[in-house]
Amino acid sequence: MGLEDKIFESLPDVVTVRLDSIVNWARKSSLWPATFGLACCAIEMMNTVSARNDLSRFGAETFRASPRQADVMIVSGRVSRKMAPVLRRIYDQMPEPKWVISMGACATSGGVFDNYAIVQGVDKVVPVDIYVPGCPPRPEMLVHAIMMLQEKIMKESVRDRRDTYDPESRISSVPGTLPVTEGTALERETEVEVAQNKVSRPYSIPSRHERRRSS
Amino acid sequence: MTEKLHSYVEKLKEHNSEWVSEVREAFGEVTAVVPAAAVADICRFLRDEQQFNLLADICGADNGPEEDPRFEVNYHLFSTIHHNRIRLKVLLSEDSPVVPTVTGVWRTADWHERETYDLFGVNFEGHPDLRRILLPSEFDGHALRKDFPLRGYEPYSMN
Repeated sequence: MGLEDKIFESLPDVVTVRLDSIVNWARKSSLWPATFGLACCAIEMMNTVSARNDLSRFGAETFRASPRQADVMIVSGRVSRKMAPVLRRIYDQMPEPKWVISMGACATSGGVFDNYAIVQGVDKVVPVDIYVPGCPPRPEMLVHAIMMLQEKIMKESVRDRRDTYDPESRISSVPGTLPVTEGTALERETEVEVAQNKVSRPYSIPSRHERRRSS
Repeated sequence: MTEKLHSYVEKLKEHNSEWVSEVREAFGEVTAVVPAAAVADICRFLRDEQQFNLLADICGADNGPEEDPRFEVNYHLFSTIHHNRIRLKVLLSEDSPVVPTVTGVWRTADWHERETYDLFGVNFEGHPDLRRILLPSEFDGHALRKDFPLRGYEPYSMN
């Protein structure tokens, strides 16, 4: 007699549950991180998924190189000014729902690199859910961060994130650093406005849920 | 030990006495200070006649805004045939930091010169594609100049 027989004996056929809690449970139990290894923190991030620390115990071991298949972006390392628009574009390419972990002192605040080349905190470019201190953080700290993120996901509502087309979120680059894709009329128009200094440089355009948080 | 290196500089002088304005020696290395206008001809002569077939590096230097000449461009040459190294130094004033390009002599000079342009603002006359190479293209200023603020100029400083 297996476990399932015991369960079916003791439980009714129909279980009533809040939609939020079942959806959030499904989301948090299978987080697919997008690797954004930028510096030495990436070494600790690799260690987190390997045998000793084994992130798969917490359902987040499936690292994806494609942002289209990822839920969580783990920004591990210092973000240079030249990398910032690339990072933002990859964030924009991730489907909702999506979360960001800022791993280490450099991604969080620029760390020791208080200079012209390094973005002073990745939260100037993308909205961050969990900050992990350390230089670099130990793998245990990243595991803890993912567990904290799972707790956070459980508190969210399905209504918070709706996967609708948001034309603004596609305009992410600093003018001149990346070729602008042949986009919609709205996208081209905004680029022209930027060139004419009618709008400020869209270094950090808030995403939909970022704007919702601030309002 | 450096007689061999000096002999290369001597041959330069013999070929054209205006090509070498000063010879410096330190730590067993020989540096020839050369006029900016002739640097491409000098490099071609060293490559063709003296077998310095490899351009190891081009780097800039800023001696500070109070100095004149303020900027330097250093060419590090190496020969894979007789295994000797020699350095050419070009001194530039702040008003006209312009050097003729040596991309016609060594193709690898392309990116080295772009880097020097990017970080020091030295212009390389005749360079096929003189753009920034390390910093974002809309970056303001030249980051390794002595008078460049560490956090950069607004509005790009992101602080």
